[in-house]
Amino acid sequence: MNIIEILHLIHEFKEYDENETEIDTVRALDDVTLSIEEGSFVTILGHNGSGKSTLAKHVNALLLPTGGTVLLCGEDTLKTKELWQLRKNAGMVFQNPDNQIIAGIVEEDVAFGPENLGVPTAELEKRVENALERVGMAAFRMNSPNRLSGGQKQRIAIAGMLAMKPKCILMDEPTAMLDPVGRREVIETVHELNRQEGITIVLITHYMEEAVDADRVIVMDGGKLVMDGTPREVFSRVEELRECRMTVPQVTELSWELKKEGVDLPDGILTIGELVEELEKVRRSSVWN
Amino acid sequence: MIRDITIGQYYDTDSVIHRLDPRVKLAFTLIYIVSLFVGHGPWCYAFAFAFLVFVIVLSRVPVKFMVKGLRAMLVILIISALFNLFLVQGEVIFSWWIFRITREGVRMAVMMVVRLVFLVIGSSIMTLTTTPNDLTDGLERSLRFLRVIKVPVHEIAMMMSIALRFIPILIEEVNKIMKAQIARGADFDTGGIIKKAKAMIPLLIPLFVSAFRRASDLALAMEARCYHGGDGRTKLHPLKYGRTDIIAYIILLLYLGGMITMAVLLP
Repeated sequence: MNIIEILHLIHEFKEYDENETEIDTVRALDDVTLSIEEGSFVTILGHNGSGKSTLAKHVNALLLPTGGTVLLCGEDTLKTKELWQLRKNAGMVFQNPDNQIIAGIVEEDVAFGPENLGVPTAELEKRVENALERVGMAAFRMNSPNRLSGGQKQRIAIAGMLAMKPKCILMDEPTAMLDPVGRREVIETVHELNRQEGITIVLITHYMEEAVDADRVIVMDGGKLVMDGTPREVFSRVEELRECRMTVPQVTELSWELKKEGVDLPDGILTIGELVEELEKVRRSSVWN
Repeated sequence: MIRDITIGQYYDTDSVIHRLDPRVKLAFTLIYIVSLFVGHGPWCYAFAFAFLVFVIVLSRVPVKFMVKGLRAMLVILIISALFNLFLVQGEVIFSWWIFRITREGVRMAVMMVVRLVFLVIGSSIMTLTTTPNDLTDGLERSLRFLRVIKVPVHEIAMMMSIALRFIPILIEEVNKIMKAQIARGADFDTGGIIKKAKAMIPLLIPLFVSAFRRASDLALAMEARCYHGGDGRTKLHPLKYGRTDIIAYIILLLYLGGMITMAVLLP
């Protein structure tokens, strides 16, 4: 079943001058059609201004379409009256960890979402405990978020989503402000949630390395979908990616360059292990020749 | 470290008073202030003093912290004492040049000072023993009745708790901007008060810009987490009265009753 169904979505931002007359219209999304299957891990790539954040904000109705339709769990975001009822299906983690933590104590922040949903106190307690455990932050339950690291704060934000029991979590560049350790913590956590709980993950990022383990990679440029496929398929198209001002993971780029120089390698190598294995094959065959 | 600053003057320890429901402590503050103005004469104040000592001992907050609040009040204390001392008419007991001190003046001055001192210490007990978050919760609950006249109690409480959460973040931001401006040759330390005030402008503008950006981000994050106002919201830790809270209320009422009786019966 498709949890997210987007049909011919168009979104325009209007620019106004000081007298509030319209001076310009910017088309952030241009006829995007996309469906995302329940339980999958999808990465959306694109450089700044490609429309990837705008797309994600349409999924949980933080933005409403100028044209086209967005269906979340089969419900049209334009036709739903109580938008907050819809949003519990799709949690959203934002870029800046400080600006999305609402309460001064970790457990109260995690409880914020379900509190809004009117979950009774006894169950709240259970949900908070459970959510914190799943992101590995149970020991910090009574702490102040101000003293946590960036990666820990993002995991708290993820726990805050989990406590709402969403079917899907959207992540808008959750690792952009983190150090490498924090980045790995967050990415590992979401992969685990995807594998163990079957929560659909839509990860928006500009770190190519984070896209390698996804089920599906979507590349956006200028408000349009330009590529869609498995990581291997997408990363084989190095030249096209460069046209969208994107790079590929280092290993992929290295093997692509080697192949161009005449080394017999397959397309779309994604990990160091794969490259080593392929090079080993090349070496053995060249020894025999 | 800047992250460790405590907001308000909460004194962290464990005591019966700390564990009381914030609403009880609000009621205590209110009743104590009322009692100070109901009572008059030395016996009433002795009673108020005894009650204050009883609460302070229970709270286990060092007296040093209680008295701290008085320092800010010192000027007001002195002014009100002097005004009463010299300006109240009555039986003159001392006079020199244009100054005249009357018996009633002395009585009023002493009473005023005692009242103010008790008032400040009495109300600082609440802030010393209640975390700002609990205080916000308590205020939200006890002022709920104001919703009848369309006061947005929940929204105000939410704003207070968000402000509390962002104070350390914004202080850190101020330091960051300050360092960035100093690195570019800004001077915050020399010059007169006007020059110093002008030097704050390049500090305040980026601070406001970033505060607004944070506010807009936070609003989005709250909406994404289904926030839709106070209706239908549940709480992780709802305020619930326990046995000690009820006992505390009874003690408070006994105290107020005692005070009123004394004020009526004693001359």
